[in-house]
Amino acid sequence: MGAWIMAGITFREAARKRVLWMALAAGAAFLSLFGTGLYFQLKDLKPHTNLLLERQGVGALLMVGLYAVDLMAVVMTVLTSVDTLSGELASGTIQAVATKPISRWELLLGKWMGFVGMVTVYVALMVGGITAVTYFMSLHPVGGVLPHHLLRGVALIWLECILLLSLTFRMGASFSTLTNGVVVLGLHGIAFIGGWIEQAAAVTHSPRALNVGIAASLIMPSEALWRRAVFEMQSPIVSTLGFSPFSAISVPSKFMILYACLYLALALALAVRRFSKRDL
Amino acid sequence: MRMLLGLAAPTEGRAHVLGRPAGDVATRRKIGFLPEHFSFYDWLTAAELLRFHGRLYGMSAADLRRRAPALLDLVGLTDHRDKRLRDFSKGMLQRIGLAQALLNDPELIFLDEPTSGLDPVGRRLVRDVIKAQRERGATVFLNSHLLSEVEITCDRVAFIKHGEVLETRELLGAGEGTLRISMRVRKLTEEAVNGLSPWASSVKLDGECLSFTVASGEVLPDILRFLVGRGVDVYEVTPQRTSLEEMFLQIVGTDGGL
Repeated sequence: MGAWIMAGITFREAARKRVLWMALAAGAAFLSLFGTGLYFQLKDLKPHTNLLLERQGVGALLMVGLYAVDLMAVVMTVLTSVDTLSGELASGTIQAVATKPISRWELLLGKWMGFVGMVTVYVALMVGGITAVTYFMSLHPVGGVLPHHLLRGVALIWLECILLLSLTFRMGASFSTLTNGVVVLGLHGIAFIGGWIEQAAAVTHSPRALNVGIAASLIMPSEALWRRAVFEMQSPIVSTLGFSPFSAISVPSKFMILYACLYLALALALAVRRFSKRDL
Repeated sequence: MRMLLGLAAPTEGRAHVLGRPAGDVATRRKIGFLPEHFSFYDWLTAAELLRFHGRLYGMSAADLRRRAPALLDLVGLTDHRDKRLRDFSKGMLQRIGLAQALLNDPELIFLDEPTSGLDPVGRRLVRDVIKAQRERGATVFLNSHLLSEVEITCDRVAFIKHGEVLETRELLGAGEGTLRISMRVRKLTEEAVNGLSPWASSVKLDGECLSFTVASGEVLPDILRFLVGRGVDVYEVTPQRTSLEEMFLQIVGTDGGL
C-alpha cells in the first residue's frame, strides 16, 4: 500500500519537472518538423513513382524519427530521475517519509513505479505520435505506413528506458546527483559505441571486433535493446542503408533481451539493498 | 535521535523504542517526527501535505477529514491551507511540519530543534503543543540547543557530548529542590562544619564564605538554628539555584561538546 502511495506522489512530482515538459515540447516540435518534411516528400511524389519503393522510403524516415524519439526518451528518463534519491537525501525531504510506517523497499519501489508510469506515458505519447503522423500522412498517397512490429518495438524502447531508470536508482542510492548522471550516461555511452563497433564488425566480418561490441553490450545492454527494437520495426529494405544508428545489421539475440531484463532486476534489487542499509 | 527513528544504523549496541527494536516499521504508526529543517515537495499545499502523510500512516479518508483541519487550526495555518509550500516562510514550514508529526495522535513524538526559525509567537505555540501532548499522555523527545526552552518544557534532560549521554537529570526536581547555599560567617568551628553533614554536601570554606549544597530549601532553618546554637555568627545567607546552562557547562564542559 505504501509503495502505491509513494508511486502516486512520485508520478505527480515527476510530471511537474520542467525537464519533462521541455522534453514534451521538444517532442512536439520534432513531430511538427517530421510531419512537415514527410508532407513535402509525399506532396512532391512524381506520378508513376514505384509506390512500394516510396513506402520503403517513408518507412526509413519513420525509423530515423523513432531513433530520435528513443534518444529523447533515454535522456528524459535519466534527467528526471537522477536526483530523486540523492536530491531528497541532501535536502532532508526523505526523512519525513522514511520515518512513517513504510519500509525502505516500499519507499524506493514506490518511487521507481512513479517514474515507470511517467516514462510509459512519455514513450507511448512520442512513439504513438510519430507513428500516427506517419500513418495518416502516408495513408492517401502510399496506403499508410506502419512499423513492422510496432508493439514489440515500443516494448523494447520502453524496456531500454526502464533499464536506465533502474540503474539511475541504483547509483542514486550511493552517489550524488552529478556522479549518478555521469555514471549512467557514461555507461549508456559505452553501450552506444559498443553498438557501432558491433555493426561495423558485422559489415567487415570481423569476429573479434564483434566480440568487443558484444562485451560492451554486456557491460550495458541499453543500446542492444534499441537495435533489437529497430530489427523488430524496420522494413527489410532499410537494412540496405548499411550500418547506421537507425538500422540493425548485427541483431542482438533474444538472450540479450533476457540478459537486459536480468540486468534491470539486479540493478533494482541492489538499489533496494543499498537504500535499505544506508543512513538517511 | 536518527538511530531511534531508524534513519541511521548504530555501529554497535541496540535500542528499543516503545518496546520494539529501534526503526521497527509497525511501531512507527505510534511515532511522530519533526525534522530539524522540515522540507517537502514545495508544489503541495498544506492540506495536501497532511493528506499525503496521513495516508502513509494508514489513516482513513474520514479520519483525515476530521484531523487535518483541527491540526491546521492548532498550528495557526487554517488560512493558508491551500497555499503551496514554496510560498511558506521557514516558520510556517516548521508549523506544518509540527502538524504532520501529530497527525496520528502519536504515543511518542520526536522534535528536532522544533523552535529553530520560529518567532516568539511560534515558540510559544510549540511550548503549548508540547504541554498539551504531555497532558494527553504522550512522551515528547525534544532535541534542542536552546536551553531556556528545554528548562521551561522538559521533565528530564540528558546531556550528550560526542554522541555519549554524560548524565540524565530530573529537571523539575532540580529546579524545586537542589540548592547551592552561600553564607558569610564568623567564629566557625571545625565541629560546626562537620555537624552540617546530615543536611549538606560539597561543603567548602573560603575565608568567611561558607558554601554547601542541600537537597531542598526546607532544611535551611534547621541549618541556621544548628550554626547559631554552636556560636557561629551568620551575616548573610544566599540560596543559588543551578540554571540549566550552568548545569550544562558543569557536565559538558566549556567546549560545548564540539
